[in-house]
Amino acid sequence: MKNLTRRQFLKSGAISAAVVAAAPIPEIHASQSRIDNHLATLIDISRCIGCEACVDACQESNQDKFPKPVKPFPAMLPSRVPVEDWSDKQDVRNRLTPYNWLFIQHAVVQKDGQEMELTIPRRCMHCVNPPCVKLCPWGSAVQYPNGISQIDPELCLGGAKCKSVCPWKIPQRQTGAGLYLDILPSLAGNGLMNKCDRCYNRIADGKLPACIEVCPEQVQTIGPRSDIIRQAHELADSMNGYIYGETENGGTNSIYVSPVPFEALNRSIDKKTGQGRPHLKPVTDRMDQANNLAAAFLIAPIAGIASAIGRFYKLAKKQSHGEIS
Amino acid sequence: MIPSGMPDSGKSAHWTYRIVLFFLAVTGFAQMPIFKRYYIADIPGLGWLDQFYMTHFMHYLAAVFLIGLVCYHMTAYILLYRKQFRITPAGYVRGSVLAGLLVTGILMMIKNFPGYGYPSALIITLDVVHIVFTVTFLAASTWALAGKQKWLVNVS
Ligand code: SF4
Ligand code: SF4
Ligand code: SF4
Repeated sequence: MKNLTRRQFLKSGAISAAVVAAAPIPEIHASQSRIDNHLATLIDISRCIGCEACVDACQESNQDKFPKPVKPFPAMLPSRVPVEDWSDKQDVRNRLTPYNWLFIQHAVVQKDGQEMELTIPRRCMHCVNPPCVKLCPWGSAVQYPNGISQIDPELCLGGAKCKSVCPWKIPQRQTGAGLYLDILPSLAGNGLMNKCDRCYNRIADGKLPACIEVCPEQVQTIGPRSDIIRQAHELADSMNGYIYGETENGGTNSIYVSPVPFEALNRSIDKKTGQGRPHLKPVTDRMDQANNLAAAFLIAPIAGIASAIGRFYKLAKKQSHGEIS
Repeated sequence: MIPSGMPDSGKSAHWTYRIVLFFLAVTGFAQMPIFKRYYIADIPGLGWLDQFYMTHFMHYLAAVFLIGLVCYHMTAYILLYRKQFRITPAGYVRGSVLAGLLVTGILMMIKNFPGYGYPSALIITLDVVHIVFTVTFLAASTWALAGKQKWLVNVS
C-alpha cells in the first residue's frame, strides 16, 4: 500500500475543509459526512519492522510541545494526590509517557503453525467521538473539524479525567506544569495531560505527521476516513486479515489491519492497563449510553405538557360536575 | 420549590422536583475529578461518584425528568393558575437561571454527539456559564427557602 502523495493529501484535506466549512447548522447527515471526512490513518501491522524511526521522529518533532515542569512541585493536598514526574525519564520509549506519545508494542503469535513476531505502533486512537474531549469538565480538550483531538496545554489542569474515560488510558500526566500552578496548585489540578495530537501543526502546514513521513516501510496511510476504511477492508481481504479501530468505541480514526486476530495480539502484548501500554480488546461505544437518552429528551417535554393538560381536563370535568366550586 | 406557591400541586411533584435537582447538582459536580481526590467517593455507597460514565448518564437522566417537570409546571400554570396567581420576583430569578441551565446543558449535550463539536472558546463559555448558573441557582434557592419566598403568590 502506498502513502498518499502530498498532493493527494492536500487535495483531500481541502475537500474535507470545504465540506466542514459548508456545513450549516448541525444536522444528522451533515455530521455523518463530517465523520467520513475526518482524517484517519490505516496502520498495516504486517509491514512494521519495529525500527522505531517513528518513535524518534515523534519525539523530535514534538519537542517544543512537551511539558516543562517547574521544580520543586508545589505540595498537593490531600497527600493521596499522586505526583507524576517523567521529566527526568524523557528517554523512556517502551510505553506512553508525557514525553513519548508513540511506542512500539511487541507481540509473539502463531500463524499457520509458525511463530511470528509482530510490532505495533501505538498512540492515541483519535476516536470519532472522543470521550477525552467531550467529557473534559473544563473544555481543555478540543476536537477539530478534521477529527483530530488535542489537549490544550494552555488550559489543561491535569485532573486526568481524560485518562479515566479513555478506553485505552492514553493521556499521560506530568505534574508541575500548566495552568493549575497559577490557580490553587495545592488544592486543584495536578499538571498537564499529554498525548499524540496527530501533528496537527504539521497538517495545518500541509505536511504529513512526522511518524508517517519517516517510516521506511510506509506502515501508515492517512486520508479521509471513508477512503481509509475502504482501503483497510481491501487490505484485510487481500491478506485474510483482521481490522481494529473501525468500530471500537463507536469508531476511531486509527484503523489497524493485522494478519492475525487482535485477540491473539492482545493476549501477547504487555498491557499493564493504565500504565501507558494500551490493550487491543474490543471496546463498546462509551458515549453511546448517555447519547441514547436523546430520544427521552424529546419525549420529556411532550410528556410534561400532556400530563398538565390531562390534569386541566380532569379538573374542568370535576368542576362541571360541581365537585369543585 | 417550583410548585410551592401552587395550592393543589401534588406533594409528590414537589419532592420529585427536589430530588431531581439534588441529583443534578451531585452528578453535575461529579463531572469534575474531585470526589475521588477528596475522599467522598470512598464513603461506602458513594463509590459511583467517581464513575464518570455513570454520573454522566445519571445527569442526563435527571435532566430528562427536570425538563418533564418544568414543562408540566409551565403548562399547568398557563392553563390553571395564571389568573389566580402571579409569579414572584424570586420565581422569575430562579426561573431564568433554570432556563439558562437547561439551554447551556442542552447545547453541551448536542456537542457530545459524534460529528458535533464546538470551537474551544464556546465549550469553555458553556462550561463556565453552566457552573456559574448552578451556583447562582443553589444560592437563590437557599435564599428563597430561608426567606420562604415562593414561586407564585395569590392575587385573588
Ligand atoms: S517507523 Fe514504520 S516500520 Fe519503523 S517502527 Fe515505526 S511504523 Fe514500524
Ligand atoms: S484514544 Fe483516548 S485519548 Fe485518544 S481520542 Fe480516544 S479517548 Fe481520547
Ligand atoms: S501523529 Fe505526530 S504526535 Fe502523533 S504519534 Fe505521530 S508523530 Fe507523534
